[in-house]
Amino acid sequence: MKADPKGVLTGIHFMDGDHACCEGALAAGSRFASGYPITPSTEVVERFAARVPTVGGAFIQMEDELAASITLQGAVWAGAKAFTVTSGPGFSLMMEHIGYAAMTETPCVFVDVQRGGPSTGLPTLPAQADMMQARWGSHGDYEIIALCPNSPQECFDLTITAFNLAEEYRVPVMFMMDECVGHMTEKVVIPPAEQIEVVPRRHTKKSVEDYLPYGTNGDLVPEMAHAGDGYNFHVTGLTHDERGYPDMTLPTQDKLVRRLQNKILNAVDRITMTEEEQIDGADVVVISYGITSRVAQRAIEAARKKGLRVGKLRLITAWPFPEKKIRELAAKVKAFVVPELNLGQMVREVERAAAGQAKTFAVSHAGGGVHNPEDILKVIVEASRCRTV
Amino acid sequence: MRLQLTEIRIAGFGGQGVILSAIVLGKAASIFQGAFATMTQNFGPEARGGACSAQLVLSDSPILYPYVTHPDIMVIMSQEAYVRFAPELKDGGIMIIEQDLVRVSSDLSKEIQVYSVPATRIAEELGKRMVLNSVMVGFFTAVTKLLDADAVRKAVADSVPSSFREVNLKAFEKGLEYGIAALTNAPISADAELETQYSPE
Repeated sequence: MKADPKGVLTGIHFMDGDHACCEGALAAGSRFASGYPITPSTEVVERFAARVPTVGGAFIQMEDELAASITLQGAVWAGAKAFTVTSGPGFSLMMEHIGYAAMTETPCVFVDVQRGGPSTGLPTLPAQADMMQARWGSHGDYEIIALCPNSPQECFDLTITAFNLAEEYRVPVMFMMDECVGHMTEKVVIPPAEQIEVVPRRHTKKSVEDYLPYGTNGDLVPEMAHAGDGYNFHVTGLTHDERGYPDMTLPTQDKLVRRLQNKILNAVDRITMTEEEQIDGADVVVISYGITSRVAQRAIEAARKKGLRVGKLRLITAWPFPEKKIRELAAKVKAFVVPELNLGQMVREVERAAAGQAKTFAVSHAGGGVHNPEDILKVIVEASRCRTV
Repeated sequence: MRLQLTEIRIAGFGGQGVILSAIVLGKAASIFQGAFATMTQNFGPEARGGACSAQLVLSDSPILYPYVTHPDIMVIMSQEAYVRFAPELKDGGIMIIEQDLVRVSSDLSKEIQVYSVPATRIAEELGKRMVLNSVMVGFFTAVTKLLDADAVRKAVADSVPSSFREVNLKAFEKGLEYGIAALTNAPISADAELETQYSPE
């Protein structure tokens, strides 16, 4: 399906990442957001609040993040494509409802413009320290999808992807920006609506009698009913059967929770996006994401000038983690270098996936700025000297 | 026009149009001149009067590192900004100052070329102090020769509300002329005795 031209601000803009994210949401067909604005994400909803009434939608500023993160889900069940926007402290408060969205399979997008933490931390400065929270923050077993843009252009493009993935897999998608990307202004090209692919809601074609709200057709993702069309449905955070009714028995729990995981894990290869450069023949591969991928690129280029064989793997999708790709790569390279604006989060995944086949070096940073490329370069040099495991 | 990687810092206080100046120059480079530009900003919690600075990186190839580390060019619009940022400027770099608001200290490297413009006064003569940033942008365009004047002109027109377009374009031309004159070492006409203090509204 093509995007509705009403929401698409076609043209070439000089725009920051927050605004580009808002335009991506509008282009993706989102007509509702609820939020509790917080630095450095405020500009996303500030713009959305001004723009969305002109295309037939609404923004509601809620009393807090708990309200914001559940209001959007009400809007989704009523038929809207909806999202909320926050930063670390607010993201923490939203965890309960992220679990609810995962359990009820509510397609929606949570934008987290990451800032330095813990707690109130550094409101106006960048970090990438919510990566594990995005994956594990709510209780219970579930899977989510998380994307990491590294430019305002990607804030636009990947917000559309986030909404599309949410609809395709009926899953909450975490859009993991960082303050640097959010407040960075660059050229953003917004194509004409007819060039933008938008995934429509998976509405059932079954009759009212045959429809099961949580029944599946083999692809593990159930279809949704169109609100107001006479379908019976029940939405609950309790363990539920195919009818959506609470059924707190072991077989139902096992079937449901495994399906929530498998609908994502079985599709890892289709969901994950990476950007690779000079991987073949590399001794060291630098794995990074978000703003750090750009800073790391400077270090990679400096290392190549020194004659080192350095490849780049950028995680555009952080979750689900491209485990298979890393494991295969680990058999071919000496080491991985993982710079990130935290004291070691995604590096643990890399280490786990490498499973001892290649060494893993973290380049940690407490946040509040970006790495000095020299610091990454030093670790690349050290990694390239290490002996093959 | 070839555009080597150039790091620029623009700094002053909130309300002077520091961020807008950077947006205009970035837009000129990346949209109207087909190069690349990355702009980031630092600001305090105040809407006006607080310290404010923008970092702009221009290049004709994609920009990786988004921040300014050793600026080649600095546009300084307040003494506070001068004290804070002047030591960062590269030897051989260009410093552009608001003549009435910034006094260059004696310890500034002799390797730095300083150009000054009474941007606020020129803007006031045009009847709108607010357009001082367009004067600055015009002056910048002339003295740095980094960007095509027409690209910057288009970016000015594209970045301001339509009701203020004309006065901003006039301000841009004034700044440009003042800059061209400064380059040819024509005597600077602004009365240096006149101490115009900028008072934030």
